[in-house]
Amino acid sequence: MEYLIAFVTGGLICIVGQLLLDILKFTPAHVMATFVIIGSILDGFGIYDKFIEFAGAGATVPITSFGHSLLHGAMAEAEKHGFIGIGMGMFKLTSGGISAAIVFAFFVALIFKPKG
Amino acid sequence: MTNSIKHNYKDKVKDFHPNPHIFKNCIKAFVVGGLICAFGQVLTNFYLANFNFTEETVGNPTVATLILISAILTGLGYYDIIGQFAGAGSAVPVTGFANSMASAALEYKSEGIVLGIATNMFKLAGSVIVFGVVSAYVVGIIRYIFNMFM
Repeated sequence: MEYLIAFVTGGLICIVGQLLLDILKFTPAHVMATFVIIGSILDGFGIYDKFIEFAGAGATVPITSFGHSLLHGAMAEAEKHGFIGIGMGMFKLTSGGISAAIVFAFFVALIFKPKG
Repeated sequence: MTNSIKHNYKDKVKDFHPNPHIFKNCIKAFVVGGLICAFGQVLTNFYLANFNFTEETVGNPTVATLILISAILTGLGYYDIIGQFAGAGSAVPVTGFANSMASAALEYKSEGIVLGIATNMFKLAGSVIVFGVVSAYVVGIIRYIFNMFM
């Protein structure tokens, strides 16, 4: 059942992205940036946590979760260190994804030859 | 005369633009994006069952695994094929973020490791990080002030 919920919610988020591409003529980069902003704003209201509870990977896999976890790390650190903590904790939760993306992209670029 | 062409350019070329099949594209995006998220759920359950992760931290290895798979598919040239078929279905999940980094790095490989791969890696993905950090900072400050007075 949770697979079905992840499938449907993740798919619905992608439909929103596709509508932005087709109707508003966004580029994929614009869509990704917009979704990250939406994710952090939703987390600002505390909505995204409930969404993850409901949808599981349907909410954590789309790029909106990047904005969510940026803000989440920032707020957790802000509770300990006050105002400066917002900057200190920003990448705390997303560092796994970002470092993985940098390292894997680097090695892929070294190993493979560009196609097309 | 030239001026009017300049001003009406968008209207003039409109007839020559391919009309996007919005409904069909949405179905494709839904199915592919949904499958990626369902696969993410499989990974999440796998990491929860076999490793020492909690519900809160399990997002990290899930995302990292998806990024690894997407980077390899990009290197093999398969992710572009999926992307052409699925549109936003492959761009919105975290795999699209990894794809934009790996493909930018691959594209500039000929300019060298430092000036090509390393410099251009964030060419597309940089916008995601910039807007993510800026918006999280602004929302974070607002919420911090809000929490102080409430």
